[in-house]
Amino acid sequence: MRGLTGLAGLLVLVELLPRLGLVNDAYLPPTSRIAAALGDELVTAEFWQAVGDTLMGWAIGLVIAVAAGVVVGIAVGAVPVLRAATASTIEFLRPIPSVALIPLAVLLYGTDLGSTLLLVVYAAFWQVLVQVLYGVADVDPIADETARSFRFGTWARVRHVLWPTALPYVFTGVRLAASVALVLAVTAELVIGAPGLGKSIAVAQTSGAVPLMYALIAVTGLLGVAINLAARAFERRTLAWHQSVRGEVPA
Amino acid sequence: MLEVSSLKKVYRSGAREVEALRDLTFTVDSGELVCLVGPSGCGKTTLLRCIAGLLEPTGGQVRLDGREVSGPPPGLAMVFQEYGRSLFPWMSVRDNVELPLKQKKITRDRRKTLVEQALDAVGLAGTESAYPWQLSGGMQQRVAIARAVAYEPSTLLMDEPFAAVDAQTRADLEDLVRALWQRLEVTVLFITHDIDEAVYLGQRVVMLSSSPTVVQDEITVDLPSTRDQLHTRADPRFTELRTHVYEQIQAAKRGLQLGGAGASS
Amino acid sequence: MKRVAYVLGLPVVLFAAWYLLSAGSESFYAPPLSTILESFGKTWTLDRLGTDVVPSLLRLVAGYALAAVIGVAVGVTIGLNRRVRATVEPVLEFFRAIPPPVLVPVIMLFAGIGNGMKIIVIVFGCVWPVLLNTVEGVRAVDSVQIDTAKAYGISGPARLGRVILPAASPQIAAGLRQALSIAIILMVISEMFAASNGLGFTIVQFQRSFAIPEMWSGIILLGLLGFGLSLLFRLAEGRALRWYHGLRDAQRRS
Repeated sequence: MRGLTGLAGLLVLVELLPRLGLVNDAYLPPTSRIAAALGDELVTAEFWQAVGDTLMGWAIGLVIAVAAGVVVGIAVGAVPVLRAATASTIEFLRPIPSVALIPLAVLLYGTDLGSTLLLVVYAAFWQVLVQVLYGVADVDPIADETARSFRFGTWARVRHVLWPTALPYVFTGVRLAASVALVLAVTAELVIGAPGLGKSIAVAQTSGAVPLMYALIAVTGLLGVAINLAARAFERRTLAWHQSVRGEVPA
Repeated sequence: MLEVSSLKKVYRSGAREVEALRDLTFTVDSGELVCLVGPSGCGKTTLLRCIAGLLEPTGGQVRLDGREVSGPPPGLAMVFQEYGRSLFPWMSVRDNVELPLKQKKITRDRRKTLVEQALDAVGLAGTESAYPWQLSGGMQQRVAIARAVAYEPSTLLMDEPFAAVDAQTRADLEDLVRALWQRLEVTVLFITHDIDEAVYLGQRVVMLSSSPTVVQDEITVDLPSTRDQLHTRADPRFTELRTHVYEQIQAAKRGLQLGGAGASS
Repeated sequence: MKRVAYVLGLPVVLFAAWYLLSAGSESFYAPPLSTILESFGKTWTLDRLGTDVVPSLLRLVAGYALAAVIGVAVGVTIGLNRRVRATVEPVLEFFRAIPPPVLVPVIMLFAGIGNGMKIIVIVFGCVWPVLLNTVEGVRAVDSVQIDTAKAYGISGPARLGRVILPAASPQIAAGLRQALSIAIILMVISEMFAASNGLGFTIVQFQRSFAIPEMWSGIILLGLLGFGLSLLFRLAEGRALRWYHGLRDAQRRS
């Protein structure tokens, strides 16, 4: 309830600041004008096309990053030699800012979806990989030794010991990757000009349509909130299941 | 001197009311060591938080050395059951003991002496620069006791301080508490759920009823003032007192009020 | 010996593979590594570092430090007050969810295209993770620790400085770590948008003028910068939170 008050307060504040002349309304239009611009935009096909493009880049990139992150993470994590040998390389590559790849993306893909995907996949992949590696490292040695003592093969150990332990970490990784992926999708559109909401924002900016620009930015924020909430709800449900299963097995 | 009179605490959450303490009255004289025992869930923690000024009672009052408690009183030090959470893990043993003294605006030289003496008194000299989590559970609780001792309180409140340490460490710590009490002449209120511990440590034992809590019974422990784990616990009088307290606690669990049994004096 | 082999082995192999595979490369976009390295030396001269890299880094440091101070200060205030927290939390979540680079056009409206704009962009993007993590860290301080502080008369600034902030510091550090990568991204993006110097500006200039080996060398420099900054952060964090890592290890062993 109180949270709604806070949101309402923000809307009122943005309405009043320019109306009272505290902020130039050419820079910050009042809420009502932003809302009107959003209302006009909501009925156009271009807007929904842009939302669709952004979500498409986000979703495809996320799926590739998650799949690659999980496969590489389990393969590397399950084999101690590989884990030791790749640790330094991962530590080196992970902090490389994905925006460093923007010029490369432009050269390779121009303003196509490919540019967006390159940035999204690169940024989201590390989030998943690192969490999967944490998850694999968290495997209880006793559980693993139990599995070995019953002569489980590698695949059975991955399937019955490693994967269930790593699962909550995988979901954390997916949640983190989902928000990073949205940031990079919009960034790529904004900077490179690949189709999507980011490009619409850039167009609105260069054409001086300030209320529309604010409206579109609010839309990206709402998309981000929606993705966060969905990912958290999804994670909570899976984790609840996981913990209840753990609770039944005496430690 | 600690006086608890007609203390009452009711928790409210929405429309529901839970009466934790109904009507509690007892006193602890200056320099006395009194143990409080009660069945589990008898509102011991609520009582303690009221005495320490961390919780506002619904009715009645707590007076410490004649003054009504309405916030954490200056002459009172507390040892918590959860030593691992009560010691600050980001500070060394020395800093943990010293921090409350800094708040009392004690000079640096005096602080140094107090910290050294306190750590020495609990047998921890030489661990000053370690972090608490580098020590065993029993040693961590000793740090917490040293922190309380260095504070130079007139009254020491101990909330089931040894509930989470192993039996042998516990015996050592019990003797430490008696030794410190005799040496420093402080008033000690010791809360426990362990009947043997209560009889072994206390000059008096106050037994609480189940929640909503009242005082169930009270006995004076007429054992010799020099006590040790071997002989005191083998004393027939110890067994009698123990049995009496045990019966009262069992009665409290069933919600009965037993008539004055022979052991009370 | 074995550890050194593990740390250096794969990077050396990858480097050698890139070097050898690209050696005879005719591809315009993927020049031989030897060419890239050569242009690295020629491009990133001391002069260039002074005119392009240092301004970028200064803006980064200024924006990041401001965001850290504001985030922790406001976060503590909100975290200690349950009512304020419940009221503003959805607003903060909304601001955090906005992809930070879209703030660039907005802030350009207010602050033009100078250094001020770039620093404000960095502050605006970085402040949310610091702020929200501080709120969460302050909110989650152990109740026994708070009771201990109260019982021993530790109040006011001492309770804040010696108890609440240290207790929240692991969570605050997590926020600062997220903020660091956002800061680097925004430093580059704000320079790509509108600048006359800086790393982001220079790299885009190379790409637009099809100076491919130079562009690659810029990408490598950015990578090294990201790696270096995160290494610095880890060292600082390891030092400041030594107690926390020790405590966690101790708990894990028991």
